[in-house]
Parts: sequence; structure tokens; C-alpha cells
Amino acid sequence: MGQKLLMKGNEVIAEAAVRAGCRHYFGYPITPQTEIAHYMAKRMPEVGGVFLQAESEVSAINMVYGAASTGKRVMTSSSSPGISLKQEGISYASGAELPAVIVNIMRGGPGLGGIQPSQSDYFQATKGGGHGDYHMVVLAPASVQELYELTVEAFNIADRYRILTMILGDGVLGQMMEVVNFRDEEKIDTCDKSWAACGHENKREHNTITSIHIDPAVLEQWNIRYQKKYQAIIENEQRYELYNCEDADIILVAYGSVARICKGVIKEAQAQGIKLGLLRPITLWPFPVEGFEKVVNIPKAFLTVEMSAGQMVEDVKLASNGRKPVYFTGRMGGMIPTVDNVLSKVKEILGR
Amino acid sequence: MAVVFKAPHALVDVPLHYCPGCTHGISHRLVAEAIDELGIEGKTIGVSPVGCSYNNYLYFNCDMIQAAHGRAPAVATGVKRSLPENVVFTYQGDGDLAAIGTAEIVHAAARGENITVIFINNTIYGMTSGQMAPTTLLNQVTTTSPFGRNAKDHGYPIRVSEMLATLEGPAYIERVSLHDIKHIRKAKEAVKKAFKVQLAGKGFSMVEILSTCPTNWGLDPIEALKRVERELIPHYPLGVFVGADLEV
Repeated sequence: MGQKLLMKGNEVIAEAAVRAGCRHYFGYPITPQTEIAHYMAKRMPEVGGVFLQAESEVSAINMVYGAASTGKRVMTSSSSPGISLKQEGISYASGAELPAVIVNIMRGGPGLGGIQPSQSDYFQATKGGGHGDYHMVVLAPASVQELYELTVEAFNIADRYRILTMILGDGVLGQMMEVVNFRDEEKIDTCDKSWAACGHENKREHNTITSIHIDPAVLEQWNIRYQKKYQAIIENEQRYELYNCEDADIILVAYGSVARICKGVIKEAQAQGIKLGLLRPITLWPFPVEGFEKVVNIPKAFLTVEMSAGQMVEDVKLASNGRKPVYFTGRMGGMIPTVDNVLSKVKEILGR
Repeated sequence: MAVVFKAPHALVDVPLHYCPGCTHGISHRLVAEAIDELGIEGKTIGVSPVGCSYNNYLYFNCDMIQAAHGRAPAVATGVKRSLPENVVFTYQGDGDLAAIGTAEIVHAAARGENITVIFINNTIYGMTSGQMAPTTLLNQVTTTSPFGRNAKDHGYPIRVSEMLATLEGPAYIERVSLHDIKHIRKAKEAVKKAFKVQLAGKGFSMVEILSTCPTNWGLDPIEALKRVERELIPHYPLGVFVGADLEV
């Protein structure tokens, strides 16, 4: 049966979280994602959940840290400047191996930047915006339907690996309205939470949640444990979409709303007799190198298209590993690349 | 043979790492005795700070969570909102609570968050070797106020209990001292009352405990206790600031 609704991206993220069993949301207002908080403020009381507007992004992520420590499913959301403020908590929660979902609906930066869509937090999200050797799983939806699917999945991944999972969207996705098909029921993975600090009820030893290990030999062992987990995620969780790659002269590499623009580019190029494909990373970390292995022999070159100065280019170069040239085109500061922008770069590469 | 004195069950039986003469040990014991006497160890979750007591998650026998510097009230909020039937406390020093964590403590108090805060005020940063704290008294010499704290350059010491008492959220705020047996007994009653306030669902409770730092004050333990009475109490008067009439 399911339920077919026309909804705004940000609201779908919130509804998906509720359907995934999230009953705790802590946030702070910032454009262009505040509809998530608006929705949660109304929705959480309906399901016996908690919505709390924190005094800052710093407090919001630390409330997440507390709720996640008790083993509950919890989420926070923000946009670029607010996500910068959350980095402290992100590093601590990564060290303490706490599962939680963090949403970043990106806007232009640096600094206060602007409120128009951007993808310039790619480095921060995938390379570790906080201190220490840690990673979050980073999911990059490209439609409102996928905001739903991946938000639900984000909670399952977080619990499965005891890791933070980030939904990395942009202002286009957050603000756009599309049809979304909700399932009647979500598949919620039941994961071991025996580590949680929820009161021992005099039935077990006391649990501790911590990221500090003063003895460097002990801290190294913890880091080895983290790295093993990250390796397992690299092996199991790479996601990507291949579109029209079979005989492409150039394969475009783009995620999120830019990937949709690229599908428009491919169509327009076809009309002009140019064969383009698209490799769309759905997981930005782990980066889908498996997808590159499948198609690296096909094109003359890869063209990375982003709403940033080209932050993903180095990952595309690492994944293609010198086998094909990697080009870049993009816009910054909240400007969105047009079909013509991308197509003229394609023609330049092909010498047409 | 009748047992007339024993270690509280809520304290793990391991040596504490604190300096000789430091009053953290007494504060830990008071919290643990309150937990024992109220029979709440199994449902209590404590939040450790950053500072000398950063690893008291090893010392308390209840479930414990280590928080980032100053963020314990936010972490405790997340815990309490997830487990409203459980008992949640933070244990924080004056650098943690009154400097970097000012926003978190003010807003937890303003919300009337139903948690208990144990606030250790010894007018100095201990862990990082004796820097000036927001609570450092005027003229007090620290490693970052080597000529003594002066109001012109460093501003004035913050009276946290009085400041939070201006809010409507808190149900109970009291300042106590550990400088002699009589006051330690009073401190114990205050800590226990703070937990009872939470158990009764009355809202935010905090006990500010005037404490010593013999190492960074450069005083022997006895002289340090005397300094509390001689210098700290005149600036930080003892008493109940909110909830004097509250029966729990």
C-alpha cells in the first residue's frame, strides 16, 4: 500500500527519521534546513518523542551525545556554519563510538557565507571536520524520495557500526517539493545496545561512555579498533549509481542535486551527438571506488561537477588512479551550474 | 561484628588519582553516600567533566558518560530527556562550568532541566596546572595571573549560584563548603537534598561546593582548608539561594 505524498525535502528527512524510530531530536535554527525543526516540533509529541530547541549547535550535538549514550535513536540537523560548531561533538561521539544521524543541508561559505545551495562542506564531511583519526558515513541523496530512503538507512548504518552517519544534502534538496512514496513500515535493524549508559539496575557492571584514554598504548588500541570498523564499512557500504556509462566518451561525476543537472546535460549532449555518462556517488564516505573500477576503462576522461571549488576532485583522481584524466567544472557561493556551463566544459575537453 | 563505617557501594574501590589534601575525594564520597542512601545506583547516570575529575567515571559505580569541556549539562539534558525516570547528575569544576560551559549551565538551569549538578568551586584550573578561573578571587595569584587577578585586566569573579538563582527554572541551589567536619555534614545534606529534588521531579538542582586545590594554591592541606574559610566564604557566602522552603 504505502502512502504517496507531495512533500518538501526537509520535512521528508524529519518524517523519515520518525519512521526509522528516532524519538529524540535536538537542533538550533539555521537556514536552509529549519523546516526539519518545525516539522519535529509538531511531529514528536504525536509519537511520544522529544523535540528540544537547544541554546546552540554546540549544545544540540552534546544533547545528541547524551541521548545516543543511552542507546536511543537520535538526530540533529543544521546547515554549514552550524555544522562547523558541531565538529567538537562529532569528534567526541566518534571516539565514544556513538550512533546518531546528523543532517547537513549545505549553504555557501566560508564564514556566514550565504543561504543558497552549495556543496562546499565535502572536505569537512568526508575528511574529518573535527580532530582525530575518525570518519562518519556520509550519504548524499539526490531526490526527495532518496532523502527518505537514505535517512532511514542512515539510522540502520549508525546502529550497525556504532558510528555517526551524515546526510549531506544541499539547499536545493532541502527546499524542493517532490512526490515521495512512504512504505507502511520500515525495516529497523535491531542492534546490540548492551554498551549503553541507561542505568545498570543492579544487574550488571557499570557502563562508561568515553572518548578519553590517557595511556597512549591504550588509545592506540582504540584507534586500531576504529580503523578496523572503517575498513569494514569501506568493504560493505559503498553505494553509487551508474547512468548511461556503457559507451560514454566522458563520464560525469556528481552527487546530490548536481547529479540531476548532469542527467539533463547527458540528455542535451545526446541531442548534439555527444555520449556522456554519470557516476553518482551515493556514499561520499566511503567513496565508491568500486563504481570507478566498473567503468574506468570506458571513457576518455572523467569530469567532476560540483557546487564547490572542486573538493571531490582528489577522490575521483584517487579512484581512477591515473588511468584517465580528471577535469572539473563547477560554481561556488550558492550559484548552481547550468546545463550550458557543463556542456561547454565537455566540448572544451573533447575539442569540439 | 557490627559495621559502623564502610566505603559507599556507589564508589568503586580503587585508589583515587587526586593530589593529597584535595577535597574531590570528599565530594565523591558525599555523592556516593547520597546515591547509596537513596537506593538509586541502578537508575543513576553520571556525567563526568573535563578537568581534574575527568575520569571519575572510573570511580562512580553507576553508569557514567564522559563529556566534552563544559558540555556536561547539555549531555545530561540528552540523557534525561531520553530516560526521564532515571536520575542524572553532572560533576563539574569551575573552569568547566563557569567558563567554557557557561551557556550550557545557564540554559539547563533556565529550562528547569530535572538534573542535579555538583559544582566544585576551588577558584582555579587544577588539571592544567593552576590557571585563573572565572571564580578566581581578586589578588589571587595563578599561573596566568602571576601578579594577582586584578579587576581592570581580568574582570571580577563570578558568583554562579547567585547568578543562576535569578532564573525561574532552578528548584534548588545551595552553596556549601568542605573546610571542616560540621560543614561537610551540611554539604552531605545538601547533596542528598539535590538528588531528592530531582527524584520528586521538581526541576534543576545544584550544589556548589567550595573546595581546595592545595597543589595549585601552593598551600598544605590544612592551610588550604583555612583559606576556604578565610578568603572564599567571604566572597562566596554559604547558604540556600533557591528552594530553602522546598520539602522533599
